Amino acid sequence: MFGKLTIDALPLYSDIAMGGALITVFGAFGLVVLITWLGQWRYLWTEWLTSLDHKKIGILYVMLALLMLVRGFIDAMMMRTQQAVALDSDGYLSPEHFDQIFTSHATIMVFFVAMPFLVGLFNVVVPQQIGARDVAFPFMNSVSLWLTASGAALVMTSLVIGNFSTAGWAAYPPYSEVQFSPSVGVDYWIWAILVSSVGSMLTAINFLVTIVKRRAPGMRLMMMPVFTWTALCTSILMVFAFPALTVAAALLGLDRYLGMHFFTDGDGGSAMTYINLFWMWGHPAVYILLLPAFGVHSEVVATFSGKRLFGYESLVYATAIITVLSLIVWLHHFFSMGGSSDVNAFFGRVAPLVAAPSGVMIFDWLFTMYRGRVQFSVPMLFTLGFIVTFVIGGMTGVLLAVAPVDYLMHNTTFLVAHFHNMMIPGALFGYFAGYQYWFPKAFGFRLQEKWGRRAFWAWIVGFYLAFIPLYILGFMGMPVRLERSYLAGWQPYLIVAEFGALSILCGIIFLAVQLAVSIRDRATLAVSTGDPWNGRTLEWATASPPAAYNFAVVPHVRGIDAWWEMKQAGTAGHRPARFHDIIMPDNSSAGVILGAMSFVFAFAMVWQIWWLTAVGGFGMFAAVLWQTFRDHAGHRILASEVEAIQNGRTMAAALAPGAPT
Amino acid sequence: MSTSPHGGEVTIKRYLVGGVLAFVLTAIPFGLVAARTLRPTPIFVVIGLTAVTQVLVHLRYFLHLDLKPLSQNKLIALCFAAVVLLVLLGGTLWIMFDLNYRTDVGGGEVMRL
Amino acid sequence: MTDAVITAGPREQTGAEEAERAIDEKVYGFWIYLTSDAIIFALLFVIFLVMSRNTGDGPGGPMLFRLPHTFVATMLLLASSMTFGFASVAIAAGQRWVTLAWLGVTFLLGLGFLAMQISELYGMAVAGAGPWRSGFLSALFTLVGTLGTHVSVGLVWIVVLGCELALRGLNPFVASRLCRLGLFWHFLDIVWVGIFSIVYLPRIL
Repeated sequence: MFGKLTIDALPLYSDIAMGGALITVFGAFGLVVLITWLGQWRYLWTEWLTSLDHKKIGILYVMLALLMLVRGFIDAMMMRTQQAVALDSDGYLSPEHFDQIFTSHATIMVFFVAMPFLVGLFNVVVPQQIGARDVAFPFMNSVSLWLTASGAALVMTSLVIGNFSTAGWAAYPPYSEVQFSPSVGVDYWIWAILVSSVGSMLTAINFLVTIVKRRAPGMRLMMMPVFTWTALCTSILMVFAFPALTVAAALLGLDRYLGMHFFTDGDGGSAMTYINLFWMWGHPAVYILLLPAFGVHSEVVATFSGKRLFGYESLVYATAIITVLSLIVWLHHFFSMGGSSDVNAFFGRVAPLVAAPSGVMIFDWLFTMYRGRVQFSVPMLFTLGFIVTFVIGGMTGVLLAVAPVDYLMHNTTFLVAHFHNMMIPGALFGYFAGYQYWFPKAFGFRLQEKWGRRAFWAWIVGFYLAFIPLYILGFMGMPVRLERSYLAGWQPYLIVAEFGALSILCGIIFLAVQLAVSIRDRATLAVSTGDPWNGRTLEWATASPPAAYNFAVVPHVRGIDAWWEMKQAGTAGHRPARFHDIIMPDNSSAGVILGAMSFVFAFAMVWQIWWLTAVGGFGMFAAVLWQTFRDHAGHRILASEVEAIQNGRTMAAALAPGAPT
Repeated sequence: MSTSPHGGEVTIKRYLVGGVLAFVLTAIPFGLVAARTLRPTPIFVVIGLTAVTQVLVHLRYFLHLDLKPLSQNKLIALCFAAVVLLVLLGGTLWIMFDLNYRTDVGGGEVMRL
Repeated sequence: MTDAVITAGPREQTGAEEAERAIDEKVYGFWIYLTSDAIIFALLFVIFLVMSRNTGDGPGGPMLFRLPHTFVATMLLLASSMTFGFASVAIAAGQRWVTLAWLGVTFLLGLGFLAMQISELYGMAVAGAGPWRSGFLSALFTLVGTLGTHVSVGLVWIVVLGCELALRGLNPFVASRLCRLGLFWHFLDIVWVGIFSIVYLPRIL
């Protein structure tokens, strides 16, 4: 009746695991109680959960990312602490539990923090940057969001019911096969990946079509903001890379569920096929995470240097070259796994070529700052921290790309330090900068500066303290994923790393405090115009927060930095002569229902409750069917309404202190 | 004669011509395999050539992909995809062949292409 | 220069233009989806090639397939592509019921193809050559099975679209959906050309 699900699925094997489960359950329960007590279910449902507004969908993505960042960080904190204390002792975590933690930490950070964060920023910003009213496929946008949330919910559920995979975030076979991982952990991983990958693919298609087809009249490709360029290239990467991950996870699933022999130990299976497939996705994946961050930094540097971006064309070409290069170098993730020197030499020579376009980008940003009037706002601080620290990580990457060196460094903490050097100052600081930069656009009030600065310093100091020791430990030979320490000589470094983690904990707390304080003081921090930073690109032409339709009148674009050009020409604040009716899509509950049904389906698949999979599968099909039959449901906003909305905003802007005349 | 939403000319004739061509391009390899009149290697070559040609026939007559400006966007996307696929598939074959040669995985036989 | 000249954007699009643009976007988006699907099939093909010798202790290719069976299946699918083409002509000419008729024929031909594939795979499994036997068979079943799954989805889609056409009649949106289904259906036939050329024919030889 319930497949493999029994009472033993509850995490009674460990107090800590039980604690995690209880926090999750009571957290979710508490949220439900809070919303009920505030009487906000209707509001939540009509304004947010069923909304097809790309700005709201983007905000929900970022909220998901920040929430999962806390969960993923708790995993990190637990690991750091275990390693700091467990010399000649068992520490406080069992090996099995530790293995689940390093697996869930990475899975969550890549799939449920970084991906939703960048997709969220795309959603809020890109349509506005290209002068569009919406993305090309608003309903598919909603589906993508809820599929991603469903995947995250699966991972969180594994904390409470059953256990998560212990096979690492890459789930290498044969360990991840049923023979060595009989529990449901790897199944949770497979289904979380499959469900959220579909969401990512749909997002990629959506933004590709939006950027190619919905730019404002006059906006040629070489006039798009750099962030939009990175969105385009990231979408291309997603379309080409995610199929490999889908195939890898699906075939692993076929091995586990139907006893097939793709990657098994014997009977014609080949584990290296999996590894080849996984990294065919895995290398483009890291550029999927990094390119949007580069895009954010480009925007931030230009705005806060008060200058046009230096070398716009070179930035675009560099982005394109990185995109192409990232598709053809994936073997450098498995140099040491049996290939010949010919194979290793080819990939080992092509992989570090990415340093060239990356270097070009860095110099472009530096030259933008040169002779500009640099303001050290919080977004700018994150960008500066990124520029300095990312270069270090890049150099260690070039070092690792030398195959003989990789043979020594492979599986040591040097590698861990390298990729965290890329992901934290590289990707995460970029997302944080974007979050700080575009928050006023999304909500109409700024984030408070003081706590933002504190958060930045806590993060960057924390990063260095946590990961520089790991480089050194890597040189000293410490392997990855150890649940206890073996050499006393390692301890000092592990303890320093623990302090780094504590500093990052402060950084996260400061970000939360910043948000709370900003909401509390939102009247003082309000922005009356749409343009609090004196920005250059079109998203600053809309109000903050924008009307549902973004632009009352679709702008005509004449060049790069379209908004700046309009401000210089004096046409920025003027009322249009005529307004027109605008048609916007209706809300739809089919998206959130599809997401919920996908969760039911995947959960039932994990526990092999076949009747429930039929329910979930049918529910997904029904949601799609329902939506197709009510497709093109939209509502008309009359020209008079548009005019009234715009008048309201113009009044507010004119009355605000310091408004431009 | 009318235009379809994807810009080609939609006529019965087009589909008939495409169908007949596809049929011929199918009958040739099947016939050769049935009759076994040639050695294996030339038959493989014929199979490959007829397959590629038939795919092109499908693209042109059924999917309305031609060299006209309306199709150019799609052609560019297709060509880019083809190049990327060449790298991914070629790279995979090279890597796996290399590994199979150096290890005993998968039954121990050297994969002959 | 007056405000009107500087600040007014181009004439807002009319409803018909909006609809046309929406349809154009959907077709373009669908091509991109097909690209990703093509990559999935390409990867399954290459995995099949890589594992074509991994027969373990199970049977290899030559004894598994029968040429006449494969030929009939190929003809069914090719015919269904043509009949779908006739449906496309009919809908472009505004003939609702002719379109439905050709869709019905396409459905039956596709169903026939699917039935032949299922019976073949089932027969192999029952005879001890199932996907759990060896890596080669896993790859074979998965490649052919994935195509079969796509064909099944296509058949369901034909039914749904047929219902919409019957209930709601002809309009640009239904025509556009038929167009996209057509892209999907022809794409599947292309994949089948690859399958019989790479999987069946070389092994029957």
